[in-house]
Amino acid sequence: MLTFTIRRLVIAIPTLLFISLAIFLLLELAPGDPMAQVPLTVPPEVKAKMREALGLGEPVYIRFFKWIIQFFWVEPQVLIDNLLGTGFADGKLRILSWQTRSPVMDIVAQRLPQTLTVVGLSYVLGVLLAMPIGIYSAYRQYSFFDQIGTFISMVGYSVPTFFTGVLLIVIFSVTLGWFPSIYDTMHQVNDWDSLVIQIKQMIMPVSVLALYNAAQISRFMRASMLDNLNQDYVRTARAKGLSEKVVVLIHVLRNSMIPVVTVIALGVPQVFGGAIITEQVFKVNGLGHLLIGAIEANDLPMVQTLTFIFAVLIVLFNLIADVLYSLLDPRIRYE
Amino acid sequence: MSDTSPKPEATPDVAPIAALIDPMPAAPPRSQWLDVWDQFRRHKGAMAGAVVLILIILLVFVGPWFWPYEASHIDIRSRNQGPSWAHPMGTDQLGRDMLARLMAGGQTSVSVGITAMLLALFLGSLVGVLAGYFRRLDGLLMRLTDLFLALPLLPLMLVMVLLFRDKLNGAFGPETGIFILIVVAIGVTSWMPTARIVRGDVLALKEQEFVLAARSIGTTNLRMILRHVLPNVLSPIMVSATLGIANAIITESALSFLGLGFPPDFPTWGRLLFDATDYLQQHPERVFWPGLAISLTVLSANYLGDGLRDALDPRIRGR
Repeated sequence: MLTFTIRRLVIAIPTLLFISLAIFLLLELAPGDPMAQVPLTVPPEVKAKMREALGLGEPVYIRFFKWIIQFFWVEPQVLIDNLLGTGFADGKLRILSWQTRSPVMDIVAQRLPQTLTVVGLSYVLGVLLAMPIGIYSAYRQYSFFDQIGTFISMVGYSVPTFFTGVLLIVIFSVTLGWFPSIYDTMHQVNDWDSLVIQIKQMIMPVSVLALYNAAQISRFMRASMLDNLNQDYVRTARAKGLSEKVVVLIHVLRNSMIPVVTVIALGVPQVFGGAIITEQVFKVNGLGHLLIGAIEANDLPMVQTLTFIFAVLIVLFNLIADVLYSLLDPRIRYE
Repeated sequence: MSDTSPKPEATPDVAPIAALIDPMPAAPPRSQWLDVWDQFRRHKGAMAGAVVLILIILLVFVGPWFWPYEASHIDIRSRNQGPSWAHPMGTDQLGRDMLARLMAGGQTSVSVGITAMLLALFLGSLVGVLAGYFRRLDGLLMRLTDLFLALPLLPLMLVMVLLFRDKLNGAFGPETGIFILIVVAIGVTSWMPTARIVRGDVLALKEQEFVLAARSIGTTNLRMILRHVLPNVLSPIMVSATLGIANAIITESALSFLGLGFPPDFPTWGRLLFDATDYLQQHPERVFWPGLAISLTVLSANYLGDGLRDALDPRIRGR
């Protein structure tokens, strides 16, 4: 088990390096000039100096190597410094955003909590919602509840989040005026009233994403339960005289959870990607919003770093899914 | 040797033993596709999905011939109208008829969906068949597939659109350029599931006797793939096709919705939805139609894909 995990970790490193190279080379083709905003009166020598200050003067492979060093060596040191108060990264050059001239990672750290609260909460809610629906739909297959549940999950899976989001805004913000349509990131929760406001502004983005996630996961849950409900061990359990509750909720559910858990783990990075759209709809000031802004402003270090963070998430959760799978199912042992 | 074989000894007295006679089926033989159709017909959601999808495609491509207004016709005096008999969905801020724009947008969205799906299907089947058929390519191609699956697709697509929009617009004109760009962007980022499924099926297929038989009469690799392998992996490819259209339409709409898709004067469903959000306070109903069109198309394509998957699965068929 440990060897497998270590081997997968070792394989993940070249994958990540290759992805970072691919992203870097893609951005290398970018037509935008970071000096485009500089006034024309600035002499060319000065412009050349400014380019060099941005690190643009050097060949591609040196810049790629520098970026790798900054991302994998300097930034972790900064993180350790911030956590422990040490001084490893003093005087070392960090990845700087061209928009703000401040370190990219600082901005990411500022934006991450917004994404995590909205996306994280919606994912947890989605899973909590999907499991009972999936279990009951499978247990009473073709019943009225199952038909309705399957239909709703199909709708939730098909209707894009940018439509459900806008629709909720039309209904609950424009028509009814219950919730604000724009998510206020500066809002601070310090007493009961501000908590109510916070909950109010979170309801719509969270429910949009939760509905979408619940639809996807409940489909898997139902299919997985159906696969297991007809197995021989279920008949055996019933023949032993176990109660229906024990049979379904302990014997069948545990076995059905194996594929579902991996699907849940694999879905986490996708949710981060999908949240880009939801953040745009509700103006949540999170990572997705940051990425769109950086793309529009031609801020290449920011785009590179953010895209790579998304890639790291995908690789990481793939690894987690694989490890979970072999932990949960003793029949599967990768050795 | 002559063709006429010697007549067997006549044994009129002995009745043939019943057990040795091959049973003759009473009904004429049924083709596989007839069985598939029978199963498909029983799936209500899939039938409804197919009907709705065909209706939408007909409405979008044939409808403009019968509708008096052009999608780009600006009539500034009748701007921002609500629904009426002349304009069933109202007009936008420049007085353009919303129904005409919805149909024009649908043409683009559906064309993008179908073209991108075909590209993704071609790439996916190519990679899948090559990886499954040629053992030497398997490791390399599957690593490539894994790598693509590990890419953050939506951010990369946004970056691709940003980077190549101006170049392609210069080369092909603004409409064709962005069409090619979006189709390629969606196509090269959505072939991986098809490739994996096709590879798995090809691997299983390669071990079957008919492949050995074909090989023993000297079938070349190319003919083997075209004649024996591809027809047998058609069912997963067909399912991928319907689900791929849904996926491509959603992705295109998402790109347009984020402002990185088609230009403003060139309507697609996502673009119409995006434009309508600017007038959310004054004209909330404008959001509804493009969103409904996207959702309905995707929903029916998904149902169609589900039904096809059930109909093409011989384990489920006939139950």
